[in-house]
Amino acid sequence: MSDHVQETVSQIYTAESRRVLATLIRLLGDFDTAEEAMHDAFRAALEQWPRDGVPANPRAWLVSAGRFKAIDVKRRLSRFDSLDEGEDGDGRKILGTVDPEAWADKETVEDDRLRLIFTCCHPALAPDAQVALTLREVCGLTTEEIARTFLTPAPTMAQRIVRAKAKIRDARIPYKVPEAAELPDRLDAVLRVIYLVFNEGYTASSGAAVTRHDLSSEAIRLGRLLVDLLPEPEAMGLLGLMLIHESRRTARTSASGDLILFEDQDRSLWNRAFVSEGTRLVERSLASRRFGPYTIQGAIAAVHADGRDAGATDWNEIVGLYDALLRLNPSPVIELNRAVAVAMRDGPAAGLAIVETILDRGELREYRLAHAARADFFRRLGKTTDARDAYRRALALTKQEPERRFLEHRIAELGS
Amino acid sequence: MKYACLVYLEPGKLHAVPDAECAASGDNLRQRGQLVAAEALQPIDTATTVRVRNGKVSVTDGPFAETKEHLAGFYLIEATDLNEAIQIASRIPPAREGSVEVRPVRALQP
Repeated sequence: MSDHVQETVSQIYTAESRRVLATLIRLLGDFDTAEEAMHDAFRAALEQWPRDGVPANPRAWLVSAGRFKAIDVKRRLSRFDSLDEGEDGDGRKILGTVDPEAWADKETVEDDRLRLIFTCCHPALAPDAQVALTLREVCGLTTEEIARTFLTPAPTMAQRIVRAKAKIRDARIPYKVPEAAELPDRLDAVLRVIYLVFNEGYTASSGAAVTRHDLSSEAIRLGRLLVDLLPEPEAMGLLGLMLIHESRRTARTSASGDLILFEDQDRSLWNRAFVSEGTRLVERSLASRRFGPYTIQGAIAAVHADGRDAGATDWNEIVGLYDALLRLNPSPVIELNRAVAVAMRDGPAAGLAIVETILDRGELREYRLAHAARADFFRRLGKTTDARDAYRRALALTKQEPERRFLEHRIAELGS
Repeated sequence: MKYACLVYLEPGKLHAVPDAECAASGDNLRQRGQLVAAEALQPIDTATTVRVRNGKVSVTDGPFAETKEHLAGFYLIEATDLNEAIQIASRIPPAREGSVEVRPVRALQP
């Protein structure tokens, strides 16, 4: 019986702890107090539920228990401070009459989750702090887990989170979903955090493994949550983009951990369910006519996923989508990607000309993929010496083990 | 809650925003009950830095730190939270020429 209840509590923790936390932050007005209260509440559940049975609405029970635990702590503290709870601002926030039924109300609880996301991704917080705080508070990762995935010492990561929470408290960053006028900018910040988490998982910029699965799936979970809570076109576009990329996970590395280029991937290994879900999301966003850069990137990924093999890809459409993306979001990296698509449509010489222009402007000179693309164009043009030099330049700039092996392999293929 | 909005400008841009526009923006904030105080400052060459070390007063010419943008003025505003403070700061005219640092005010401990 007691084992059974423990199992139930642990399941409820997984399913509900983030919702309970989000609501407690609103009720108690402080991240640390809310976290402590939530843990107290789950501890109380472990003690009381085996005796009294699992309540009908565990979430409401936990929120209520957490709130009373926090009031208890506050009371004990205030005895020392001789503060009158009725007069004290914080005390009133805790003790104010809140209808217990309202805590379980689905809409309020989901609003709390959205408040939590927007607060963690507030642009007044440093970008790396936004990412850390989101993974910690919204996804429920431990500080140690976050530190490990970002290859950062745990104390540094802990500092980052503590500092962010202190800023939320001291500068009074509100626990609010932004108003309509602010929403587009604030949503951008949230999407940026989610995509950053995804990319950190998908193309780890350093380290042995090409992909770090956990972070990508956390990002997709976040993306799904956001689309559920706030079905804005760009949120759908980003989720679609991530799903289509994620569909190729097993196809993009060999059993020995080597990179497999897109055109050489075994397409039967792609996760078809992800591709079609992603494509549907991108189409919905495009139909809204209020889409942005994530949706266009999702559309590009969808076109790539569409062809039976790389030869059947509609490169003309892809070049057109890159043109649209560049208009919205001028960036040399996007120009580089467009150059690769142009090379597929018009031949390597056309791609090379674009890359040379970008490099002549002084941009992307330290960007390994610019040199790798240039090397590939030279190779396809039969200019072996130039190709080798460019591959070596890319090799000198890469920090990722499988990429290094891939480039070394290419250099070896060219002979000496 | 009170926030200080510290306006920073490059020396060449001190008069990029007409005084009349700054005055109007201040009046507007005052009418909404969001302004506690606001002043524009004389250029950086008028600054004097004062330090007290071991009871001795030292006075030096110029600002404490050498930076490209200098403190050109300040607003002390009243806002419910940082979002509102950011909204107000974004309407301070010199924000489009230089930058505005928004800092919450700290209550002194008794």
